[in-house]
Amino acid sequence: MTAPTITARPAEPRARFRDLLAAEWTKLWSLRSTYWTLLLSGLAIIGLNVNAAVADHHNWPRYDADIRAIFVPIWAMRDAFTQIAGLMLMLAAGSVGAITITGEYGTGLIRTTFAAVPARRSLVTAKLIDVTVVMLGYGTVVAGASFWASQAILSGRGVGMSIGYPGAFQAVAASAVLAPVCALVGMGIGAIIRHSAATMVVTTAVLLLLPMCFTDHYRWTADIKHALPAMAWGRLIDLGYGRFGFTVRRPTTTTEAWIVLALWALGAAAVAITVVHRRDV
Amino acid sequence: MPTTARCAESPARDTVGRVIEVSGLTKRYGPKTAVNGLTFTVRPGHVTGFLGPNGAGKSTTLRMILGLNEPTSGTATVAGRPFRDRPRGLRHVGALLDAQDVHGGRTAYAHLSALARGNRIPRTRVDEVLREVGLTEVARRRIGGFSLGMRQRLGIATALLGDPPVLLFDEPINGLDPEGVRWVRGLFRRLAAEGRTVFVSSHLMSEMEHTADHLIVIGRGELIADESLAEFAARGTPQSVTVRTPDASSLTAVLTAEGASVRPDGDRALTVTGLSAVRIGELAFQHRIMLHELAPRTASLEEAFMELTADSVEYLAGDTR
Repeated sequence: MTAPTITARPAEPRARFRDLLAAEWTKLWSLRSTYWTLLLSGLAIIGLNVNAAVADHHNWPRYDADIRAIFVPIWAMRDAFTQIAGLMLMLAAGSVGAITITGEYGTGLIRTTFAAVPARRSLVTAKLIDVTVVMLGYGTVVAGASFWASQAILSGRGVGMSIGYPGAFQAVAASAVLAPVCALVGMGIGAIIRHSAATMVVTTAVLLLLPMCFTDHYRWTADIKHALPAMAWGRLIDLGYGRFGFTVRRPTTTTEAWIVLALWALGAAAVAITVVHRRDV
Repeated sequence: MPTTARCAESPARDTVGRVIEVSGLTKRYGPKTAVNGLTFTVRPGHVTGFLGPNGAGKSTTLRMILGLNEPTSGTATVAGRPFRDRPRGLRHVGALLDAQDVHGGRTAYAHLSALARGNRIPRTRVDEVLREVGLTEVARRRIGGFSLGMRQRLGIATALLGDPPVLLFDEPINGLDPEGVRWVRGLFRRLAAEGRTVFVSSHLMSEMEHTADHLIVIGRGELIADESLAEFAARGTPQSVTVRTPDASSLTAVLTAEGASVRPDGDRALTVTGLSAVRIGELAFQHRIMLHELAPRTASLEEAFMELTADSVEYLAGDTR
C-alpha cells in the first residue's frame, strides 16, 4: 500500500473557476437521468410539433380561404411550436434545473460538495452556467428541429416558412431560450425548497399554472400575466400578434417579452446563489 | 500530488497549520441548544476521539468546523482560519461526515473525479485513493448499489483525496465489517503518525479505546472531558477487588475495620473498594482467612464513559421524562 505523504507538500494551486465548471459538468453528465430526460423530452416535443404539421398537411384541402389567407405565418408557426409542446419544454427544462439542486440536497451530497468547495457562491454560479449552456443547447436543438421539420412538412402544401420570414427567427430563438430560463427558475425554486417533490410541484405551478390564474381584463392582472415566462414566450412566437385584424386588449412589445425572460433567468440565478450561500446545509 | 518521496518530518514543523481550534462554539436551533460554548483544541500527530452519546452535538460541531453550519456564536478554525474562508477545501481538510452524503446515481469514479477536478487534484489521485480503500473493482459501478461499508470506504477515499493535513471522520466505523474496522483503525493511526490531525467522532467508547490517544467528550452540547486516554480511564469507577472466600463475614469485619467498603457480590464473593488486592491478601493472611479468589477489577473505559455521560444522555431507553 502506498502511504500518502503530507511532507514535501507543494504549494496549493490557485483556485480556478473553470475547474468548478468542469467539475459540475462532470456531475451533470454522470447522471443517466440527465441524458434520458433531455433525450426523451426532446423527442416528445419535436414529435408533438411534427404531428401538428402533419395534421395540417393532411387537412389542408378542407381549409377555406380565410384560414389559407393567414396560414402563413400564424398557423404555420403554431405548428412549429404548439402550446402543448411548449408546456412540455417548460416542464422538462424546469425539472432538469430543479434536480441539479434538489439532487444535492435530497441525497446529502451537498455537504460533501461544500466540504470540498467552501466557496459556495462560486460553486452555485458554476452550476448555473453549466445548466444554462446545456439547456440552451437543448433548446436550440429542440426548437430548431421543431421549426425545420414542421415547415418542411408544410412546404409540401406550399405553406412552409423559411427562417428568414419576419419574426420566424425570433420565435425560434425565444423557444430555444425558454429552456434555460425555465431550468434556472427550477434551480432557484429548488434552492429555496430543497425537497425534490415539493420543488417540482411549485416549479410546475409557477411555470404552467400561474399564467392561467391571471386574465388580461384588468391592468394589474394583465401586468402580472405578461410578466410570466410562459406568456413572454407566447408573445414572441405569436406572429399574428395585433395583425390580420386581431386586436389585443393590453398589448406588450417583443422587447418587453425578452426583458421578462431575462429577468426571470437572472432573478432565479441570484436567488439560488444567495439562498445557498446563506443557509446551513 | 505527492505520492512518493516521503521524508522524515519533525512533529513540531507546521503544527499550527494543522490545529483545529474551537472556541466558545454555540449552536441553537430555535429554543434548543445543540452545542453550548464548546472550547477545545485538536492537535496534530494524534488520533483524537470525539465522544458523546447520541444527540450530544458531535455532528453539529463537525459541521460547524467545516463551515457547513453557521455557529450562533463562537468560532471554529482550522489552521487558524475559518474553513469557509478557503475557496477549495480538499487539500486542507478531508472529511467523512456521513457515508450517505453521495448521489446514488453516479459511479464511485465519477463522484471522486468531480470532487478532484473542482479542487485541481489530478485524476491519477482518484485511482490511488480508490486503490487505497479497496474500491478499484467497483469504481465504475453506481454508488446506489453500494453497501454501507462500501460507502464508508468511498467516504474515506473522499477524505483522503486532497492528501490533507487535517482529517475529520464522523462515526466512520458504522457498517464496516471486522476486517474493515481493523483497516480503519490502522489507517487512522498511520495518518496520525504522519503528523496529521485526525479527529474521529463516535458514540461508542469501545471504539475509541483501540484508536484514540486523546479524547474530547461532550454531552448535551457541552464539554465534559478533554484529556488523554489514560487520564480518562483513571476517572472511571474507583478500582475494586473481587474476593471469594468461604468465610465472608469474618473477612468483611476485618476489611471494614481497615476502612474498606465491602459489598456482598453473589455467592461467597465480596466486592471491596478502598483497599488494594495486595493489602487484602495480607490482611486475610494475618487473620488466617482462606481466600479462593482475589481479583482486582479495573474499570473499563466504557464504564468511565457511561458514568461521565450518565447525566447528559439525550435519549434514554424507557425514559419517562
